[in-house]
Amino acid sequence: MNIPLPVFVAIPLIAAFFLPILSGLGRKAKSFATLLANLATISLLVLAVLALGRSEDIQVYEIGKWSIPIGINMVLDGLSSLLLLAIGVVSTAAMLFSTRYMEQYTAKPKYLSLFMLMVAGMNGVVLSGDLFNLYVFLEIASIASYALVGFGCNNEELEAAFKYMVLGTIASVFVLFGIGLVYGNTGTLNMAYASKAINTVGLNPGLAFALALFVAGFGLKAALVPFHAWLPDAHPSAPAPISAMLSGVLIKTLGVYALTRMVFCIFGVSVTIGWLLVVLGLVSMVVGAFLAFGQWDFKRLLAYSSISQVGYVVLGLGLGATLLAQGHAAWASLAILGGLFHLVNHAVYKSLLFLTSGSVQMSTGTRQLKQMGGLAEKLPFTRTTCTIASASIAGIPPFSGFWSKLILVVAAVGAGLYWIAAIIVFVSLCTLIMYLKVQRYAFLGELPENLQQIKEHRGSMLVAMVLLAVLCSFMGLLVLVPYLRATVLTPAVDVLTDGLLYAVNVIGK
Amino acid sequence: MAYAWCFLLFMTGLYCAVVKKNMVKIVLGIIIMEYAVNIFLIMLGYRIGGVAPIVGKGELAGIDKVTSAFVNNCVDPLPQALVLTSIVISLGSLALMIALCIRTYERYGTFDITEIRRLRG
Repeated sequence: MNIPLPVFVAIPLIAAFFLPILSGLGRKAKSFATLLANLATISLLVLAVLALGRSEDIQVYEIGKWSIPIGINMVLDGLSSLLLLAIGVVSTAAMLFSTRYMEQYTAKPKYLSLFMLMVAGMNGVVLSGDLFNLYVFLEIASIASYALVGFGCNNEELEAAFKYMVLGTIASVFVLFGIGLVYGNTGTLNMAYASKAINTVGLNPGLAFALALFVAGFGLKAALVPFHAWLPDAHPSAPAPISAMLSGVLIKTLGVYALTRMVFCIFGVSVTIGWLLVVLGLVSMVVGAFLAFGQWDFKRLLAYSSISQVGYVVLGLGLGATLLAQGHAAWASLAILGGLFHLVNHAVYKSLLFLTSGSVQMSTGTRQLKQMGGLAEKLPFTRTTCTIASASIAGIPPFSGFWSKLILVVAAVGAGLYWIAAIIVFVSLCTLIMYLKVQRYAFLGELPENLQQIKEHRGSMLVAMVLLAVLCSFMGLLVLVPYLRATVLTPAVDVLTDGLLYAVNVIGK
Repeated sequence: MAYAWCFLLFMTGLYCAVVKKNMVKIVLGIIIMEYAVNIFLIMLGYRIGGVAPIVGKGELAGIDKVTSAFVNNCVDPLPQALVLTSIVISLGSLALMIALCIRTYERYGTFDITEIRRLRG
């Protein structure tokens, strides 16, 4: 079904505007607002699923019927619809979870509004076919996320929000500078026309500098290792559903997706940029995993593990870029498939882990693993879902994480890069140990005296966690069942393997 | 030459944001960076001796004037539109940043980021 693309931005934007107004009308209106927010995220998820069945591969919407390059366009292709789906799933679960969880905070309407703004920004980034609009949507999502990180207004939260905001704003300025350079060198802001112009004139010094600025800017947003300093502070400080959104989809849409779009579809792949991504990915994987070992704060451990897992995604995409530039198309598409599948998997299981950490924190009032123990009997559902997510992230066979890591290993071996395959397996083992530690200290062992009376919070929180846990268990089917693979993953992979066809497809419409 | 000055301004802002210890100075550094990028965008569309890209009511009849001589003389209006948008965005993020500074000052009683260190590791 062909869906008019602006609705993906319009629904959350309208919701963001009306929810706080509605909530001012009294107590009943307040719970109605929460219901509406849930409806909005669910309808976005349904629309994202429907958009998978569109009639053509690439759907272009020209805003106000102004044809490109004069007007602004929105583009929905395989990669965008994959990301829309991930955003839909994670935001639905996070919103369901916050219905109950956010009762502990005041100013819930403001929270709902910021949440919706963040979703609008992310959907906009994914759909935008215009560089400057990409920047505007990026800023909408980022500013909403800075405010959400500092939402609790405690000392640590304010400090983390300020740190995140400084680095995030520097990243945005880098991106804007890069966009200015692209405009100066190509004379257009439309992605398709810019891509066409860049590939006729070649990569002159100005454009190479722009590419470097994009790598630094989007790398900061994606928290790749030299640029990762803000993530372990920012993600744990936010309320749990927001941590799930930030780690689950925000760093991937604003960072990985935007960088991938730039490298594959606009600048075109080359061996240099491919290796740059491979190195960034490998360093993030290893450093993130090692730093996660020493953490005793539940959410901080999860945040470091996010750095490591985003490394996998970037490694897969970088490996794909390198192999494409060298002409090994078959192995390249396998590496890209692994990277993208890992992106979706990580979105699901990391948001689930953050939600379980929120459930644990709400029941016990602490995030320190050393003060927990024996929670398995008190929080049975949290324990089960957390175990499923841990097994998934560690790559234990039937669960989703195993399949994406397997594909990455096969692609690395097929390309003859055995040492990369070895590092992937090694980091996977580190991840397993890390999550065994979480299981051991949080859920097994002796129940401390002061936690004898705790109760599990059920209701909507439980629904959200079970939903994600079911997805975690069965996501492997996305690669195993040919029909699902052909509708969800293959179109996204094709967009990247034929990166420069993007311009032809969009202009040809 | 003007581009080099603009780049220098950008680097000054970046240096200020990364090195300074005072939260307000960090915010100022970020503002300087944003201004440098805005000036850069304006310069992209600037043309020495250019005219404003506005066609008057009577002039529309002479199509020739609009297409060749006019287009060769007018400045590029697109970057100016971009800068307007980017100024609005930086206003929003500036307001949030200053609000965070104020709240942090209320809590810690200092703007020095070396003393505001609850988070580490």
